[in-house]
Amino acid sequence: MANFETVEVNTDLLIVGGGFTACGAATEAAYWAKKNGLKVTLVDKAALDRSGAVAMGLSAINQYVGVRDGDNTVEDYVRYVRQDLMGISREDLVYNIARHVDSTVHLFEKWGLKIWTDEDGKYVHEGRWQLMINGESYKIIIAEAAKNAIADAGGEIYERIFITEPLMDGNRCVGAVGFSTREEKFYVFKAKATIAAAGGAVHVFRPRSVGEGFGRSWYPPFNTGSSAYFTMKAGAEMTCQEVRFIPVRFKDAYGPVGAWFLLFKSRAISAEGGEYMAVRKDELQNWAPYGLAKPIPANLRNYLGMLDMDEGLGPLYMETDEAINKIADAFKEDPKAFKKKMKELESEAWEDFLDMTISQAHLWAAQNVKPEEKHSEIAACEPYFIGSHSGASGAWVSGPEDLDTPYKWGYANMCTVDGLFAAGDASGASSHKFSSGSHAEGRIAGKAAIKYVVEKGADPNVDMAKVEGLKKKILSPLDLWQAHCNETTDPEINANYILPRQFMFRLQKLMDEYAGGVTSAFKTSKSLLDRAMELFVFLKEDSEKLGARDLYELERCWENIHRMWQGEAHVRTMLFREETRWPGYYFRSDTPKMDEDNWHCFANCRWDPASGEWEMMKRDVVPLPGV
Amino acid sequence: MPSYVITEKCDGCKGQDKTACMYICPNDLMVLDMEKMKAYNRDPSMCWECQCCVKICPQQAMDVRGYADFIPLGASCVPLRGSQDIMWTVKFRDGSLKRFKFPIRTNEEGSADPLGGYPTHDDLNSQALATEPASLGLDAVPTL
Repeated sequence: MANFETVEVNTDLLIVGGGFTACGAATEAAYWAKKNGLKVTLVDKAALDRSGAVAMGLSAINQYVGVRDGDNTVEDYVRYVRQDLMGISREDLVYNIARHVDSTVHLFEKWGLKIWTDEDGKYVHEGRWQLMINGESYKIIIAEAAKNAIADAGGEIYERIFITEPLMDGNRCVGAVGFSTREEKFYVFKAKATIAAAGGAVHVFRPRSVGEGFGRSWYPPFNTGSSAYFTMKAGAEMTCQEVRFIPVRFKDAYGPVGAWFLLFKSRAISAEGGEYMAVRKDELQNWAPYGLAKPIPANLRNYLGMLDMDEGLGPLYMETDEAINKIADAFKEDPKAFKKKMKELESEAWEDFLDMTISQAHLWAAQNVKPEEKHSEIAACEPYFIGSHSGASGAWVSGPEDLDTPYKWGYANMCTVDGLFAAGDASGASSHKFSSGSHAEGRIAGKAAIKYVVEKGADPNVDMAKVEGLKKKILSPLDLWQAHCNETTDPEINANYILPRQFMFRLQKLMDEYAGGVTSAFKTSKSLLDRAMELFVFLKEDSEKLGARDLYELERCWENIHRMWQGEAHVRTMLFREETRWPGYYFRSDTPKMDEDNWHCFANCRWDPASGEWEMMKRDVVPLPGV
Repeated sequence: MPSYVITEKCDGCKGQDKTACMYICPNDLMVLDMEKMKAYNRDPSMCWECQCCVKICPQQAMDVRGYADFIPLGASCVPLRGSQDIMWTVKFRDGSLKRFKFPIRTNEEGSADPLGGYPTHDDLNSQALATEPASLGLDAVPTL
């Protein structure tokens, strides 16, 4: 076996991940840990300053309820999410996040985030729930608060350590293991409670760009399904594994459209000029009552555009020129004011890209795009797993203790596994958290986990023989490479192992062609999914044959195993749900309609660590009383 | 090759135990070639073009050449990130330029107080998080 030193770290609370959720968990947990003499340890695959989905920055905060100013109620937000997810959401969780998210945003502002305000000092809204920010350093600021909180409480942050596996003691999670991506060290974190907060999953499906632009996914390529894998391998019940998200964005560079739709009131049209949201309005009746809600659910807006594409009416365009000229019209009597307004709009439009999708600014510059003169192409991206946005996949977690909800078995945000908590992309059926709500949910989980440690936190019982077995398994790609790499003149082509990149391509081909990816126009069926499951058997067997020539490839090997599990859970759950409910995310051609009688429910699954078998189950959707 | 290193400008962050770009890349792509003492992007097709490396490089030795499979040549978006603002120079393929300056934070680096100066409480059993209800701007955490 590769000769890695084993490093043991003992802690009370372990936070796996470094993005917004993890930072929220750390900031809150550190406060309660200090009061109770406990230790918080955060372990991040990258550097906390720029790790996670907000690494590049963001140009808006997408969840702010505005209870303080009476703009909306928490209940309003629950109703919004209920409709957008076609009736399938854990309203207790959505409520819990929504009632705390405003305090998260107010803290962000105190920490140094520039939130736009108007002349009366009120936040400038992009839409009903969205606030405009100067967010280039959004992650740095949020990480700074987390670092300061952990330092103050005497906790520790480990960077560049990739957590690959949960540590289990029966049905209790007692920490995690992983390896340094910088030196030959194997890490064993023993913890009384663990929070999974390691993001969603990208590159499970084949992206549209398969050359150099392979990495230009809308959600970042370093979100590799680690949360899903961690919770599944712990034996946690999972929910909404079928609810992937497909954003419609500016084509190829995937720049944000929110400002154009919400702030500039831009329309989207087909190449023939028809506005698909108007032309295809009647289609929405087929998805009532959700199709008739305002705002129209994201997946249905996608779907109407996809119908245009299916009919050969593409490309689709965002009418940027029309939107800007309409705004300009309002100033036509006053050329000076017009010039000023245009300068302001231009700056806003470019900052929207430069803050969060620099490639889009680059693409526009490279194509000499002047948005005031010409429209720009939009398209549906490849599917992603992102329970924090408009997808919903994640672990099935316990609801808030004070609400009348049937979904309670312990501490808030605890999985069905003892001592394991999940939040952000790691927790399911509580979509539309975005950056701020993920941070808020991290805070909720952080406090709940410390409460768990105070009340129930027995010392972790870790079987070191099992840990040694895990170490051997985790490092095995290095051993396999070493054993065989000299047998062929080109070590990349070897009958005894498969390198992580080709393994990833195989997963992506499978998902794309059978599970409704881009080249399948997001359509699948029972027959296609059954075939996918046949191919998964080979893929899973071959995952034992992954080879890695160095630490970097070892990291990529394990990321791809994580992705593979996310892919399998997705295929199994799409197979289980015999209807089409989110047609703009995926369309099951053999069950093309929504079936409220049989499928107005959660589709949950669980992998049993004892037997290695999967179990699929329905769970009732119970709305919050009175909402 | 999305982010790339300019040979002439890179000094391998000499005198430090790791290079700035290696330290910051969220996808673990930057490495230092110890023989040449120059950094490089080891897997350009996994690059998100987030420019975290470009922004942090002390020598301004990094830039991005747009993804060759869909971005025409000749354009650039060059950041210059200070402690309070970021300046962007956007160069178009036709040679025209746009410059933007945006604030990045409202206070000094490092000064974020996790509790935001809000009053806190001791009740581990309540629904109120550490700084609530004060940080909500309400008298109590909403409930049903």
